[in-house]
Amino acid sequence: MSDFRVLPRIDEDNEFFWTSGREGVLRFLGCDHCGYLIHPPGPVCPKCWSRQVSPQPVSGRATLYSFTINHQNWAPGTEEPYVIGIVVPVEQDDIRLTTNVIGIDPGAVEIGMELEVVFEDRDPVFLPLFRPVAASATAAPRDGTP
Amino acid sequence: MSRAELLEHRAVISGIGQSQVGRRLNRSGIDLTVEAALEAISDAGLEVADIDGIATYPGAGGGPGGFAGPGTPEVQDAMRLRLNWHTGGIEGPAQMAAVINAAMAVATGLARHVLCYRTVTEATAQGGGGRGGIGAGVPQMGGTLQWSIPFKAYSAACWLAMNAQRHFHEFGTTREQLGAIPVNQRANAALNPKAVYRDPMSLEDYLSARIITTPFGLYDCDAPVDGSTAVIVSSADYAPDAPRPATRFEAVGTALRGRPSWDQFDDLTTMSARDAAASMWERTDLTPADVDIAELYDGFSFLTLCWLEALGFCGRGEGGPFVEGGRRIALDGALPLNTHGGQLSAGRLHGFGHIHEAVLQLRGDAGARQVTGEPELAAVANGGGPIAGCMLLSRWR
Repeated sequence: MSDFRVLPRIDEDNEFFWTSGREGVLRFLGCDHCGYLIHPPGPVCPKCWSRQVSPQPVSGRATLYSFTINHQNWAPGTEEPYVIGIVVPVEQDDIRLTTNVIGIDPGAVEIGMELEVVFEDRDPVFLPLFRPVAASATAAPRDGTP
Repeated sequence: MSRAELLEHRAVISGIGQSQVGRRLNRSGIDLTVEAALEAISDAGLEVADIDGIATYPGAGGGPGGFAGPGTPEVQDAMRLRLNWHTGGIEGPAQMAAVINAAMAVATGLARHVLCYRTVTEATAQGGGGRGGIGAGVPQMGGTLQWSIPFKAYSAACWLAMNAQRHFHEFGTTREQLGAIPVNQRANAALNPKAVYRDPMSLEDYLSARIITTPFGLYDCDAPVDGSTAVIVSSADYAPDAPRPATRFEAVGTALRGRPSWDQFDDLTTMSARDAAASMWERTDLTPADVDIAELYDGFSFLTLCWLEALGFCGRGEGGPFVEGGRRIALDGALPLNTHGGQLSAGRLHGFGHIHEAVLQLRGDAGARQVTGEPELAAVANGGGPIAGCMLLSRWR
Protein backbone atom coordinates (compact mmCIF):
# COMPACT_ATOMS: atom_id res chain seq x y z
CA MET A 1 0.00 0.00 0.00
CA SER A 2 1.41 3.35 -0.97
CA ASP A 3 1.47 6.41 1.24
CA PHE A 4 -0.59 9.46 0.54
CA ARG A 5 1.48 12.12 -1.21
CA VAL A 6 0.94 15.79 -2.00
CA LEU A 7 1.58 15.81 -5.74
CA PRO A 8 3.26 18.51 -7.79
CA ARG A 9 1.02 20.91 -9.65
CA ILE A 10 1.65 20.44 -13.36
CA ASP A 11 2.41 23.58 -15.37
CA GLU A 12 3.99 24.40 -18.74
CA ASP A 13 7.52 24.39 -17.34
CA ASN A 14 7.46 21.19 -15.28
CA GLU A 15 5.07 18.95 -17.23
CA PHE A 16 7.80 17.09 -19.11
CA PHE A 17 9.63 16.28 -15.88
CA TRP A 18 6.71 14.96 -13.89
CA THR A 19 5.15 12.97 -16.75
CA SER A 20 8.30 11.59 -18.34
CA GLY A 21 8.14 8.46 -16.20
CA ARG A 22 5.09 7.29 -18.17
CA GLU A 23 7.69 6.13 -20.71
CA GLY A 24 9.98 4.83 -17.95
CA VAL A 25 12.53 7.53 -18.73
CA LEU A 26 13.94 10.29 -16.53
CA ARG A 27 14.40 13.59 -18.33
CA PHE A 28 16.04 16.85 -17.35
CA LEU A 29 15.88 20.08 -19.24
CA GLY A 30 19.08 20.39 -21.28
CA CYS A 31 20.77 23.13 -23.25
CA ASP A 32 20.56 22.43 -26.99
CA HIS A 33 23.74 24.45 -27.52
CA CYS A 34 26.19 23.19 -24.86
CA GLY A 35 24.39 20.18 -23.39
CA TYR A 36 24.29 21.44 -19.81
CA LEU A 37 21.44 19.98 -17.74
CA ILE A 38 19.28 22.58 -16.02
CA HIS A 39 17.40 21.68 -12.84
CA PRO A 40 14.91 22.78 -11.72
CA PRO A 41 13.83 23.70 -15.25
CA GLY A 42 14.50 27.30 -16.26
CA PRO A 43 14.16 29.43 -19.37
CA VAL A 44 17.86 29.84 -20.12
CA CYS A 45 21.09 27.87 -19.94
CA PRO A 46 23.06 29.26 -16.95
CA LYS A 47 26.35 28.19 -18.59
CA CYS A 48 26.15 29.61 -22.12
CA TRP A 49 22.94 31.68 -21.87
CA SER A 50 21.37 29.94 -24.82
CA ARG A 51 17.59 30.19 -24.84
CA GLN A 52 17.34 26.94 -26.81
CA VAL A 53 16.57 24.38 -24.11
CA SER A 54 14.62 21.12 -24.30
CA PRO A 55 14.01 17.94 -22.28
CA GLN A 56 16.84 15.40 -22.54
CA PRO A 57 16.62 11.73 -21.51
CA VAL A 58 19.20 10.49 -19.00
CA SER A 59 20.13 7.03 -17.78
CA GLY A 60 18.26 7.20 -14.50
CA ARG A 61 21.42 6.17 -12.65
CA ALA A 62 22.39 8.32 -9.68
CA THR A 63 24.57 8.43 -6.57
CA LEU A 64 23.18 9.04 -3.11
CA TYR A 65 24.55 12.39 -1.85
CA SER A 66 22.79 12.38 1.51
CA PHE A 67 19.69 11.01 3.20
CA THR A 68 17.56 10.98 6.33
CA ILE A 69 15.42 8.26 7.86
CA ASN A 70 12.25 10.10 8.81
CA HIS A 71 10.45 8.80 11.91
CA GLN A 72 8.15 11.74 12.60
CA ASN A 73 4.59 11.82 11.35
CA TRP A 74 4.12 15.21 9.68
CA ALA A 75 0.98 14.58 7.67
CA PRO A 76 -1.93 12.16 7.38
CA GLY A 77 -1.54 9.01 5.33
CA THR A 78 2.14 8.24 5.73
CA GLU A 79 3.79 5.23 7.31
CA GLU A 80 7.07 5.86 9.08
CA PRO A 81 9.94 5.35 8.93
CA TYR A 82 10.80 6.18 5.35
CA VAL A 83 13.98 7.35 3.64
CA ILE A 84 14.30 10.77 2.02
CA GLY A 85 17.41 11.16 -0.08
CA ILE A 86 19.24 13.64 -2.25
CA VAL A 87 20.69 12.04 -5.37
CA VAL A 88 23.10 13.24 -8.03
CA PRO A 89 22.56 11.93 -11.56
CA VAL A 90 25.61 10.23 -13.05
CA GLU A 91 25.44 12.50 -16.09
CA GLN A 92 26.20 15.74 -14.20
CA ASP A 93 27.43 16.29 -10.66
CA ASP A 94 26.03 19.76 -9.95
CA ILE A 95 22.31 19.06 -10.06
CA ARG A 96 20.38 17.05 -7.50
CA LEU A 97 17.00 15.53 -6.85
CA THR A 98 15.29 15.20 -3.52
CA THR A 99 13.51 11.85 -3.62
CA ASN A 100 12.73 8.70 -1.67
CA VAL A 101 15.10 5.75 -1.50
CA ILE A 102 13.07 2.55 -1.65
CA GLY A 103 13.62 -1.18 -1.98
CA ILE A 104 16.17 -1.34 0.82
CA ASP A 105 16.11 -1.62 4.59
CA PRO A 106 16.49 1.98 5.85
CA GLY A 107 19.30 0.91 8.14
CA ALA A 108 21.34 -0.28 5.15
CA VAL A 109 21.23 3.01 3.25
CA GLU A 110 24.66 4.62 2.78
CA ILE A 111 25.90 7.84 1.23
CA GLY A 112 27.61 7.05 -2.08
CA MET A 113 25.29 4.17 -2.97
CA GLU A 114 24.60 3.64 -6.67
CA LEU A 115 20.89 3.99 -7.36
CA GLU A 116 18.51 3.74 -10.29
CA VAL A 117 15.24 5.47 -10.94
CA VAL A 118 11.92 3.71 -10.52
CA PHE A 119 8.73 5.61 -11.16
CA GLU A 120 5.72 5.65 -8.87
CA ASP A 121 2.55 5.89 -10.95
CA ARG A 122 0.35 8.72 -9.70
CA ASP A 123 -1.10 9.34 -13.15
CA PRO A 124 -0.67 11.89 -14.63
CA VAL A 125 2.35 12.39 -12.36
CA PHE A 126 5.10 9.75 -12.35
CA LEU A 127 7.32 10.38 -9.33
CA PRO A 128 11.01 9.50 -9.78
CA LEU A 129 12.02 7.41 -6.76
CA PHE A 130 15.34 5.59 -6.46
CA ARG A 131 16.35 2.06 -5.47
CA PRO A 132 19.70 0.31 -5.23
CA VAL A 133 21.01 -0.81 -8.60
CA ALA A 134 20.13 -4.48 -8.91
CA ALA A 135 23.12 -6.69 -8.26
CA SER A 136 22.55 -8.46 -11.55
CA ALA A 137 22.89 -5.18 -13.38
CA THR A 138 26.25 -4.28 -11.86
CA ALA A 139 28.12 -7.59 -11.79
CA ALA A 140 27.84 -11.05 -13.20
CA PRO A 141 27.06 -13.79 -10.67
CA ARG A 142 30.28 -14.94 -9.07
CA ASP A 143 29.19 -18.22 -7.56
CA GLY A 144 28.73 -20.02 -10.84
CA THR A 145 24.97 -20.17 -10.70
CA PRO A 146 23.21 -19.35 -13.93
CA MET B 1 35.96 50.87 1.45
CA SER B 2 36.60 53.41 4.15
CA ARG B 3 34.93 52.50 7.38
CA ALA B 4 33.37 55.93 7.72
CA GLU B 5 31.30 55.13 4.65
CA LEU B 6 29.76 52.02 6.13
CA LEU B 7 26.02 52.28 6.57
CA GLU B 8 26.43 50.24 9.74
CA HIS B 9 28.10 53.15 11.51
CA ARG B 10 25.26 55.54 10.85
CA ALA B 11 22.73 53.48 12.83
CA VAL B 12 22.51 51.95 16.30
CA ILE B 13 20.15 49.78 18.30
CA SER B 14 18.78 52.22 20.87
CA GLY B 15 16.19 50.02 22.54
CA ILE B 16 14.90 46.47 22.90
CA GLY B 17 11.71 44.94 24.20
CA GLN B 18 10.15 41.52 24.52
CA SER B 19 6.66 40.38 25.38
CA GLN B 20 5.66 37.57 27.64
CA VAL B 21 7.07 34.36 26.11
CA GLY B 22 5.52 30.96 26.59
CA ARG B 23 3.83 27.85 25.33
CA ARG B 24 0.20 28.44 24.32
CA LEU B 25 -0.36 31.87 25.82
CA ASN B 26 -3.63 32.21 23.91
CA ARG B 27 -2.87 35.87 23.23
CA SER B 28 -3.07 37.46 19.80
CA GLY B 29 -0.03 38.35 17.76
CA ILE B 30 -0.90 42.05 17.73
CA ASP B 31 -1.31 42.06 21.51
CA LEU B 32 2.14 40.52 22.00
CA THR B 33 3.66 42.84 19.40
CA VAL B 34 2.36 46.01 21.06
CA GLU B 35 3.66 44.80 24.42
CA ALA B 36 7.15 44.29 22.97
CA ALA B 37 7.04 47.53 20.98
CA LEU B 38 6.05 49.72 23.92
CA GLU B 39 8.81 48.20 26.03
CA ALA B 40 11.39 48.79 23.31
CA ILE B 41 10.30 52.38 22.69
CA SER B 42 10.47 53.14 26.42
CA ASP B 43 13.83 51.36 26.69
CA ALA B 44 15.15 53.63 23.94
CA GLY B 45 13.98 56.73 25.83
CA LEU B 46 11.49 57.56 23.09
CA GLU B 47 7.79 58.29 22.78
CA VAL B 48 5.53 56.40 20.39
CA ALA B 49 5.30 59.60 18.34
CA ASP B 50 9.07 59.51 17.76
CA ILE B 51 8.80 56.28 15.73
CA ASP B 52 8.83 57.16 12.04
CA GLY B 53 9.75 53.80 10.52
CA ILE B 54 8.67 50.18 10.86
CA ALA B 55 10.10 46.89 9.61
CA THR B 56 9.22 43.26 10.16
CA TYR B 57 9.84 39.72 9.04
CA PRO B 58 7.98 38.06 7.35
CA GLY B 59 4.93 40.36 7.29
CA ALA B 60 1.29 39.42 7.01
CA GLY B 61 0.65 36.45 4.77
CA GLY B 62 4.18 35.21 5.32
CA GLY B 63 3.02 31.78 6.45
CA PRO B 64 0.36 29.81 8.28
CA GLY B 65 0.12 28.42 11.78
CA GLY B 66 1.19 31.40 13.85
CA PHE B 67 4.42 31.79 11.86
CA ALA B 68 3.85 35.22 10.36
CA GLY B 69 2.69 37.57 13.11
CA PRO B 70 0.90 40.81 12.31
CA GLY B 71 1.88 42.84 9.28
CA THR B 72 3.13 46.39 9.53
CA PRO B 73 -0.22 48.02 8.63
CA GLU B 74 -1.87 46.33 11.60
CA VAL B 75 0.85 47.47 14.00
CA GLN B 76 0.99 50.95 12.49
CA ASP B 77 -2.73 51.39 12.92
CA ALA B 78 -2.91 49.96 16.44
CA MET B 79 -0.22 52.42 17.54
CA ARG B 80 -1.35 55.25 15.22
CA LEU B 81 2.20 55.60 13.89
CA ARG B 82 3.00 58.37 11.41
CA LEU B 83 5.61 56.74 9.21
CA ASN B 84 8.20 58.02 6.78
CA TRP B 85 9.31 54.50 5.85
CA HIS B 86 7.86 51.00 6.18
CA THR B 87 8.67 47.51 4.99
CA GLY B 88 7.98 43.85 5.67
CA GLY B 89 8.90 40.71 3.81
CA ILE B 90 10.18 37.17 3.93
CA GLU B 91 12.86 37.49 1.22
CA GLY B 92 16.28 38.73 2.29
CA PRO B 93 19.11 37.84 4.64
CA ALA B 94 16.95 35.90 7.11
CA GLN B 95 14.84 37.29 9.92
CA MET B 96 17.32 40.04 10.70
CA ALA B 97 16.72 41.46 7.22
CA ALA B 98 14.15 43.67 8.94
CA VAL B 99 16.86 45.13 11.20
CA ILE B 100 19.39 45.49 8.37
CA ASN B 101 16.78 47.20 6.20
CA ALA B 102 16.03 49.54 9.09
CA ALA B 103 19.72 50.39 9.46
CA MET B 104 19.85 51.19 5.74
CA ALA B 105 16.74 53.38 6.03
CA VAL B 106 18.25 55.27 8.94
CA ALA B 107 21.64 55.56 7.25
CA THR B 108 20.07 57.05 4.14
CA GLY B 109 17.84 59.45 6.06
CA LEU B 110 14.53 57.85 5.18
CA ALA B 111 13.73 57.40 8.87
CA ARG B 112 15.19 58.32 12.27
CA HIS B 113 13.72 55.76 14.70
CA VAL B 114 12.54 52.44 13.25
CA LEU B 115 10.47 49.88 15.15
CA CYS B 116 11.58 46.37 14.05
CA TYR B 117 9.71 43.34 15.32
CA ARG B 118 9.25 39.61 14.94
CA THR B 119 6.16 37.96 16.40
CA VAL B 120 5.23 34.29 16.57
CA THR B 121 2.19 32.48 17.96
CA GLU B 122 3.21 29.03 16.76
CA ALA B 123 2.59 27.31 20.09
CA THR B 124 -1.02 28.49 20.31
CA ALA B 125 -1.58 27.71 16.63
CA GLN B 126 -0.22 24.21 17.11
CA GLY B 127 -2.63 23.62 19.98
CA GLY B 128 -2.39 20.23 21.60
CA GLY B 129 -1.28 18.49 18.42
CA GLY B 130 2.15 17.83 17.01
CA ARG B 131 4.14 20.06 14.75
CA GLY B 132 2.50 19.91 11.33
CA GLY B 133 4.30 19.46 8.07
CA ILE B 134 4.84 22.20 5.51
CA GLY B 135 2.35 21.65 2.73
CA ALA B 136 0.52 18.88 4.56
CA GLY B 137 -3.11 19.08 3.56
CA VAL B 138 -2.74 21.13 0.38
CA PRO B 139 -4.14 19.39 -2.72
CA GLN B 140 -1.12 20.07 -4.94
CA MET B 141 2.24 21.76 -4.55
CA GLY B 142 3.73 24.28 -6.99
CA GLY B 143 6.77 26.53 -6.79
CA THR B 144 10.02 25.44 -5.24
CA LEU B 145 8.34 23.14 -2.70
CA GLN B 146 7.18 20.85 -5.53
CA TRP B 147 10.71 19.42 -5.48
CA SER B 148 10.52 18.22 -1.86
CA ILE B 149 6.98 17.90 -0.54
CA PRO B 150 5.86 15.11 -2.94
CA PHE B 151 8.63 12.99 -1.42
CA LYS B 152 7.18 13.40 2.08
CA ALA B 153 9.98 15.81 3.03
CA TYR B 154 7.40 17.83 4.92
CA SER B 155 9.67 19.75 7.26
CA ALA B 156 12.85 21.77 7.34
CA ALA B 157 13.88 19.09 9.85
CA CYS B 158 14.00 16.59 6.97
CA TRP B 159 15.82 18.96 4.63
CA LEU B 160 18.45 19.97 7.18
CA ALA B 161 18.87 16.45 8.53
CA MET B 162 20.31 15.64 5.11
CA ASN B 163 22.75 18.55 5.43
CA ALA B 164 23.76 17.22 8.83
CA GLN B 165 24.09 13.64 7.56
CA ARG B 166 26.39 14.88 4.80
CA HIS B 167 28.46 16.77 7.41
CA PHE B 168 28.67 13.59 9.51
CA HIS B 169 29.79 11.69 6.39
CA GLU B 170 32.44 14.14 5.24
CA PHE B 171 33.91 15.13 8.59
CA GLY B 172 33.08 12.32 11.02
CA THR B 173 30.83 14.54 13.10
CA THR B 174 28.85 12.59 15.73
CA ARG B 175 25.58 12.96 17.62
CA GLU B 176 27.59 13.13 20.84
CA GLN B 177 29.37 16.21 19.48
CA LEU B 178 26.22 17.83 18.10
CA GLY B 179 24.50 17.20 21.44
CA ALA B 180 26.91 19.53 23.22
CA ILE B 181 24.99 22.44 21.68
CA PRO B 182 21.51 21.64 23.10
CA VAL B 183 22.97 20.49 26.41
CA ASN B 184 24.89 23.76 26.82
CA GLN B 185 21.84 25.78 25.91
CA ARG B 186 19.65 23.99 28.42
CA ALA B 187 22.15 24.92 31.13
CA ASN B 188 22.00 28.56 29.99
CA ALA B 189 18.20 28.48 29.87
CA ALA B 190 18.12 27.46 33.53
CA LEU B 191 19.41 30.98 34.26
CA ASN B 192 16.86 32.69 31.99
CA PRO B 193 13.50 33.26 33.70
CA LYS B 194 11.75 33.63 30.32
CA ALA B 195 13.05 30.36 28.86
CA VAL B 196 10.36 27.74 28.26
CA TYR B 197 12.53 24.68 29.02
CA ARG B 198 14.69 25.10 32.13
CA ASP B 199 14.95 21.60 33.60
CA PRO B 200 18.45 20.12 33.56
CA MET B 201 19.30 17.98 30.53
CA SER B 202 22.29 15.66 30.20
CA LEU B 203 23.98 14.35 27.09
CA GLU B 204 22.37 10.99 27.91
CA ASP B 205 18.94 12.65 27.99
CA TYR B 206 19.70 14.15 24.59
CA LEU B 207 20.88 10.87 23.07
CA SER B 208 17.95 8.86 24.39
CA ALA B 209 15.24 11.23 23.17
CA ARG B 210 13.07 9.99 20.33
CA ILE B 211 14.43 10.31 16.82
CA ILE B 212 12.66 12.81 14.57
CA THR B 213 14.54 12.32 11.32
CA THR B 214 18.09 10.96 11.43
CA PRO B 215 20.44 12.25 12.70
CA PHE B 216 18.09 14.69 14.47
CA GLY B 217 16.42 13.76 17.75
CA LEU B 218 13.80 15.76 19.58
CA TYR B 219 16.30 18.06 21.28
CA ASP B 220 17.96 19.03 18.01
CA CYS B 221 14.74 20.85 17.09
CA ASP B 222 13.64 24.18 18.49
CA ALA B 223 10.54 24.70 20.62
CA PRO B 224 7.59 26.62 19.14
CA VAL B 225 6.43 29.41 21.44
CA ASP B 226 4.30 32.53 21.49
CA GLY B 227 6.11 35.81 21.85
CA SER B 228 7.24 39.04 20.24
CA THR B 229 10.61 40.75 20.21
CA ALA B 230 11.12 44.38 19.23
CA VAL B 231 14.26 46.33 18.40
CA ILE B 232 14.50 50.09 17.86
CA VAL B 233 17.05 51.10 15.21
CA SER B 234 17.95 54.78 15.49
CA SER B 235 20.24 57.24 13.80
CA ALA B 236 23.73 57.00 15.32
CA ASP B 237 23.59 60.64 16.39
CA TYR B 238 20.91 59.63 18.90
CA ALA B 239 23.23 57.18 20.68
CA PRO B 240 24.55 59.62 23.32
CA ASP B 241 20.94 60.42 24.31
CA ALA B 242 19.79 56.81 24.73
CA PRO B 243 19.16 56.01 28.41
CA ARG B 244 20.75 52.56 28.13
CA PRO B 245 24.06 52.06 26.29
CA ALA B 246 23.37 51.93 22.56
CA THR B 247 24.49 48.99 20.49
CA ARG B 248 26.58 49.63 17.45
CA PHE B 249 26.52 47.72 14.16
CA GLU B 250 30.13 46.88 13.33
CA ALA B 251 29.27 44.96 10.17
CA VAL B 252 26.39 43.09 8.59
CA GLY B 253 26.58 40.00 6.38
CA THR B 254 24.00 39.73 3.63
CA ALA B 255 25.52 37.74 0.76
CA LEU B 256 23.94 34.78 -1.02
CA ARG B 257 26.39 33.59 -3.67
CA GLY B 258 25.43 29.93 -4.04
CA ARG B 259 22.13 28.76 -5.52
CA PRO B 260 19.19 29.88 -3.36
CA SER B 261 17.90 26.35 -2.82
CA TRP B 262 17.67 23.84 0.02
CA ASP B 263 19.00 20.96 -2.10
CA GLN B 264 20.86 22.60 -5.02
CA PHE B 265 23.19 24.79 -2.92
CA ASP B 266 26.71 23.74 -3.84
CA ASP B 267 27.91 22.64 -0.41
CA LEU B 268 25.18 21.38 1.90
CA THR B 269 27.64 21.16 4.80
CA THR B 270 28.17 24.94 4.83
CA MET B 271 24.89 26.25 3.45
CA SER B 272 24.52 29.95 2.74
CA ALA B 273 25.86 30.82 6.19
CA ARG B 274 29.21 30.60 4.40
CA ASP B 275 28.33 33.49 2.09
CA ALA B 276 26.72 35.77 4.66
CA ALA B 277 29.62 35.32 7.07
CA ALA B 278 32.22 35.95 4.36
CA SER B 279 30.52 39.17 3.31
CA MET B 280 30.37 40.34 6.94
CA TRP B 281 34.12 39.91 7.49
CA GLU B 282 34.74 41.77 4.21
CA ARG B 283 33.18 44.85 5.84
CA THR B 284 35.34 45.07 8.95
CA ASP B 285 38.90 44.85 10.23
CA LEU B 286 37.70 42.81 13.18
CA THR B 287 38.37 39.05 13.21
CA PRO B 288 36.73 36.03 14.83
CA ALA B 289 39.31 36.24 17.63
CA ASP B 290 37.83 39.61 18.64
CA VAL B 291 34.36 38.16 19.30
CA ASP B 292 33.39 37.74 22.97
CA ILE B 293 29.98 36.06 22.65
CA ALA B 294 28.05 34.30 19.90
CA GLU B 295 24.26 34.23 19.50
CA LEU B 296 23.86 31.91 16.52
CA TYR B 297 20.56 30.73 15.08
CA ASP B 298 19.42 27.33 16.24
CA GLY B 299 16.19 26.36 14.58
CA PHE B 300 18.12 23.09 14.64
CA SER B 301 21.29 22.39 16.61
CA PHE B 302 23.13 21.67 13.39
CA LEU B 303 22.58 25.22 12.14
CA THR B 304 24.57 26.57 15.07
CA LEU B 305 27.38 24.18 14.20
CA CYS B 306 27.35 25.49 10.63
CA TRP B 307 27.43 29.10 11.78
CA LEU B 308 30.42 28.43 14.05
CA GLU B 309 32.31 27.15 11.02
CA ALA B 310 31.01 29.78 8.60
CA LEU B 311 31.98 32.62 10.93
CA GLY B 312 35.48 31.22 11.29
CA PHE B 313 35.43 30.30 14.98
CA CYS B 314 36.78 26.96 13.77
CA GLY B 315 37.72 25.53 10.41
CA ARG B 316 35.32 24.02 7.91
CA GLY B 317 34.20 20.62 9.17
CA GLU B 318 35.72 21.21 12.62
CA GLY B 319 32.48 22.20 14.34
CA GLY B 320 32.05 18.81 16.00
CA PRO B 321 35.38 18.78 17.84
CA PHE B 322 34.97 22.51 18.57
CA VAL B 323 31.78 22.05 20.60
CA GLU B 324 32.50 18.56 21.94
CA GLY B 325 32.17 18.39 25.70
CA GLY B 326 30.71 21.88 25.80
CA ARG B 327 33.45 23.62 27.80
CA ARG B 328 34.43 26.03 25.05
CA ILE B 329 30.87 27.23 24.44
CA ALA B 330 29.72 27.44 28.08
CA LEU B 331 28.86 30.75 29.77
CA ASP B 332 32.37 30.82 31.25
CA GLY B 333 34.05 29.29 28.21
CA ALA B 334 36.18 30.87 25.51
CA LEU B 335 33.12 31.57 23.30
CA PRO B 336 29.84 31.69 25.26
CA LEU B 337 27.17 30.48 22.85
CA ASN B 338 23.42 31.14 22.83
CA THR B 339 23.61 32.46 26.33
CA HIS B 340 19.82 32.71 26.83
CA GLY B 341 19.21 29.09 25.88
CA GLY B 342 18.51 29.79 22.24
CA GLN B 343 15.48 28.57 20.38
CA LEU B 344 16.14 25.01 21.52
CA SER B 345 15.42 25.82 25.16
CA ALA B 346 14.37 29.47 25.53
CA GLY B 347 11.91 29.19 22.63
CA ARG B 348 11.60 29.81 18.93
CA LEU B 349 11.50 33.61 18.81
CA HIS B 350 12.86 33.22 15.33
CA GLY B 351 16.15 35.07 15.14
CA PHE B 352 15.11 38.18 17.06
CA GLY B 353 15.64 36.37 20.37
CA HIS B 354 19.33 36.14 19.50
CA ILE B 355 19.55 39.87 18.71
CA HIS B 356 17.75 40.74 21.93
CA GLU B 357 20.13 38.57 23.95
CA ALA B 358 23.24 40.06 22.32
CA VAL B 359 22.11 43.57 23.26
CA LEU B 360 21.39 42.51 26.86
CA GLN B 361 24.82 40.92 27.18
CA LEU B 362 26.66 43.89 25.65
CA ARG B 363 24.88 46.21 28.08
CA GLY B 364 25.63 43.98 31.06
CA ASP B 365 21.88 43.54 31.64
CA ALA B 366 21.63 39.74 31.29
CA GLY B 367 21.16 39.02 34.99
CA ALA B 368 22.12 35.58 36.28
CA ARG B 369 23.36 34.53 32.86
CA GLN B 370 25.50 37.62 32.28
CA VAL B 371 28.85 36.71 30.75
CA THR B 372 31.60 38.09 32.95
CA GLY B 373 34.38 40.35 31.74
CA GLU B 374 32.08 42.92 30.08
CA PRO B 375 31.74 41.43 26.60
CA GLU B 376 32.30 44.07 23.95
CA LEU B 377 31.67 42.28 20.68
CA ALA B 378 28.89 39.85 19.79
CA ALA B 379 28.38 37.79 16.65
CA VAL B 380 24.70 37.29 15.82
CA ALA B 381 23.43 35.02 13.07
CA ASN B 382 20.00 34.13 11.71
CA GLY B 383 18.82 31.48 9.30
CA GLY B 384 19.69 28.12 7.83
CA GLY B 385 19.78 26.36 4.48
CA PRO B 386 19.63 28.99 1.71
CA ILE B 387 18.57 31.68 4.22
CA ALA B 388 21.29 33.54 6.12
CA GLY B 389 22.14 36.89 7.63
CA CYS B 390 24.62 37.88 10.32
CA MET B 391 25.99 40.87 12.13
CA LEU B 392 28.65 41.99 14.54
CA LEU B 393 27.30 44.12 17.37
CA SER B 394 29.34 46.11 19.87
CA ARG B 395 28.67 48.33 22.85
CA TRP B 396 28.60 52.02 21.99
CA ARG B 397 31.54 53.88 23.46
